Amino acid sequence: MAGNDIALMAHLMRRAGFGATYDELEARAAKGYEATVEDLIHPEGQPDLEMDILERYFTDWRDLIALENNQAYWTYRMINTKHPLREKIALFWHGILCTGNSKCEHGKQIQLQLDMFRRHGMGSFPNLLLELSRDPAMVFYLDNCMSHKDAINENYGRELLELFSMGVGMDGNPNYSEDDVKECARAFTGWTITNAIPRYPYARYESQFIYNSYDHDDGEKNFLGESGRWNGEDVIDIIARQPATARFVSRHLYNFFVADEPQVPAWQNTTPNDPDAIKMLEDEYFRSNYDVRSMLRVLFNSDFFKNARFAKVKSPAEVVIGTMRLVKDFTYPKPGVHPIGMEIRYMGQDLMNPPTVEGWHTGKEWIDSGTLVERINFTADQVGNVDLPGVQAIIRRLGSEGATMSPERLVDGCLEMVGAYELSQETRDKLISHAQKGGELRTGTEEFAGSVGQMLQLIVATQEYQFA
Amino acid sequence: MASTRKDPVLVVLQLSGGNDALNTIVPYGDPLYMDNRPTVRIAEDQVLPINNYIGFNPTLGPIKQMYDEGNVAIIQGIGYPNPNRSHFRSMDIWHTCEPEKVGTEGWLGRAIRDIDPNKDNVLTGVNFGRGLPRSLASPGVPVASVGNLETYGVLTGIEGGDQRTEALDVFENIYSPAIGKGAVIDYLSQTGMDALRGADVLSTAPEKYSSTVEYGSNTVAQYMRNIAQVHLAELGTRVLYTTAPYNSFDTHAGQMAAHARLWTDVSSAVSDFYQDLKEHNAGENVVVLLFTEFGRRVHDNGSGTDHGSGGIALVIGDAVKGGLYGEYPSLEADKLLEGDLHYNNDFRGLYATLLEQWMGLDSKPITGGSFEQLDFIA
Repeated sequence: MAGNDIALMAHLMRRAGFGATYDELEARAAKGYEATVEDLIHPEGQPDLEMDILERYFTDWRDLIALENNQAYWTYRMINTKHPLREKIALFWHGILCTGNSKCEHGKQIQLQLDMFRRHGMGSFPNLLLELSRDPAMVFYLDNCMSHKDAINENYGRELLELFSMGVGMDGNPNYSEDDVKECARAFTGWTITNAIPRYPYARYESQFIYNSYDHDDGEKNFLGESGRWNGEDVIDIIARQPATARFVSRHLYNFFVADEPQVPAWQNTTPNDPDAIKMLEDEYFRSNYDVRSMLRVLFNSDFFKNARFAKVKSPAEVVIGTMRLVKDFTYPKPGVHPIGMEIRYMGQDLMNPPTVEGWHTGKEWIDSGTLVERINFTADQVGNVDLPGVQAIIRRLGSEGATMSPERLVDGCLEMVGAYELSQETRDKLISHAQKGGELRTGTEEFAGSVGQMLQLIVATQEYQFA
Repeated sequence: MASTRKDPVLVVLQLSGGNDALNTIVPYGDPLYMDNRPTVRIAEDQVLPINNYIGFNPTLGPIKQMYDEGNVAIIQGIGYPNPNRSHFRSMDIWHTCEPEKVGTEGWLGRAIRDIDPNKDNVLTGVNFGRGLPRSLASPGVPVASVGNLETYGVLTGIEGGDQRTEALDVFENIYSPAIGKGAVIDYLSQTGMDALRGADVLSTAPEKYSSTVEYGSNTVAQYMRNIAQVHLAELGTRVLYTTAPYNSFDTHAGQMAAHARLWTDVSSAVSDFYQDLKEHNAGENVVVLLFTEFGRRVHDNGSGTDHGSGGIALVIGDAVKGGLYGEYPSLEADKLLEGDLHYNNDFRGLYATLLEQWMGLDSKPITGGSFEQLDFIA
């Protein structure tokens, strides 16, 4: 197998999923790059996790009341899913179309929202916005249930424009006015939820979306220059047609899947890092009638994507889930899932509880002295554990190359095994000179396993490994 | 500003889960207390009286003693408008000072930025526990978060002293700032070196420390001991923070036993901490704040209490003018808010007092407005 095919597949799987073991990379590379992209963007109809079995072991997962149950459930799901892109898309939209446990009546409501992202996250963008506007967790989080015909609450109307679809501005100009925000909020009056049934004595039930026509402002509205007795659906249709929306979705896809962009609040006044790439995605947005799946196909098959290796700082979820998939732990139900989920939080990403409706700042903002220590120590502890099946597989595979192994090959072999990583010449030299202290290695020995484990620990501690 | 020689230090102990105010500072002189608490009640003869209306829960004995010495301010009826009874949301409001919208930055994160705007000291703020509470989070403000002070550091999982030393040498070599590798790599290198330095400095704290005070073995006691160690090591740390184990004060059921155990641990830990600083003559520039996200329902549920609103906070230290602040909220049915104690004291006024009168900072940008201050700083 050509090394470059594996390296490219490793890149695709880090971005469209949470990384893959070397064996999986070989199998996927043999199938071909474009065929793999099609597999990834079409998870529908393929078997998923067997929830009935999992719920027998993790009995809390049926009700999913508390944040910790939800985090454990999602962590397990991301580690074990056969549809990495579907979970990745849920993670993508979760960071943009944000709701948080800090303002939520029932933890499961956010899990249901994630299910909605899993179902609709790769479909039509206006349809996703429609589902979002009817999502009980969102209706509650942004107070649309408090917005009435005679007294509008602008919270959802504003964030729908600012954070969920168009952004405040682009190319130096604003995308909408304060009047548009008010008209948008008016159009969504009456979009509300049923009261949650009290917790006692029957335990929690989810809220349901309802449309209350008596509380809907049916009057004439002028929204983004178009006049009519607009309801929420009409407003979403108008939003979907805006060039600003094409730009916004494209830029978010680029920032999440291709390379770190400036943070969202700067988008009005900063041009994209790669305007041609954004243009390609915008064109596909309109050509495909706002279809996210089509945009992803263009993105993954593009040269700008293939050339963007290690151009993104990994998010905490990517660090933890990627590590677990590499070492192949928690591949079946056993105690200790929640502590793994907590690691994501320690690294600065409290899943299902983002700091604000803006979600998390990404890229280098993931890193501070506390979170960097958390990432390095967690990852090093896992890959240095030579009893874990994924680490054993690496040791076996490298050991099968011959009776002895040079220090150079130890470094390069370990880099391949963790996903065809590349280090700066300087750093590689330092690792080699460290490995040389042990001299040439005899592969069948226990020391060899220890040397591989330690080399993996040093590799995951490098600056380069913090990138995807 | 009250502080004189040494820089003022603030220690915060967060009691997560919603501490039951009524069974902490007990209104034993109010017949309505008896009526509302048929089961979850502190017996009158057990209460350590403050006056003929309220008194301490007996498990707060060590704190009562500090109170009698004049070093405990009891902030009564504390809360904020339109109380939220979700743990997460309410704690968030306390952390960010944003009762209306979901806030970005923590109040202490902002305070640390004001104390050390040039980030001269990576240890200006130190948290004990894993992960950073939102109160300390603020973009670009480095705060060390220490799960275990004895083993805190980089690559702690590498076994064998020699191997770890070698690995750390390699790490330091790799991270030594080589300028011009690219902005993000340079930033990572700098951050890695900061972490290494911070860990090196912090690791000296337990080595330098000796004391006759023996702390309990529970988490709060151990972290209060760590806070004493870091403070006594004189590393320039100004804000130290820790949290009682995850939501432990959320006593919906079996409250009498659980609440007694929690406060036994907390009171001893705080009192031991105070004695420890006294022994080292290092207590005069330290003030401790104990807070919780809300109080609990006035009427008990037969075994515990459910989420409520108005609560209490305690401020402890040599520099504190002991006594009662604010009013104990009325238990009369028509004075309650949906069955809960009505707050009469905005927590942002408490923060403003600590920030202005103790830390010497401008509180308005931190608390997001002007709030009536208390006068518990001597």
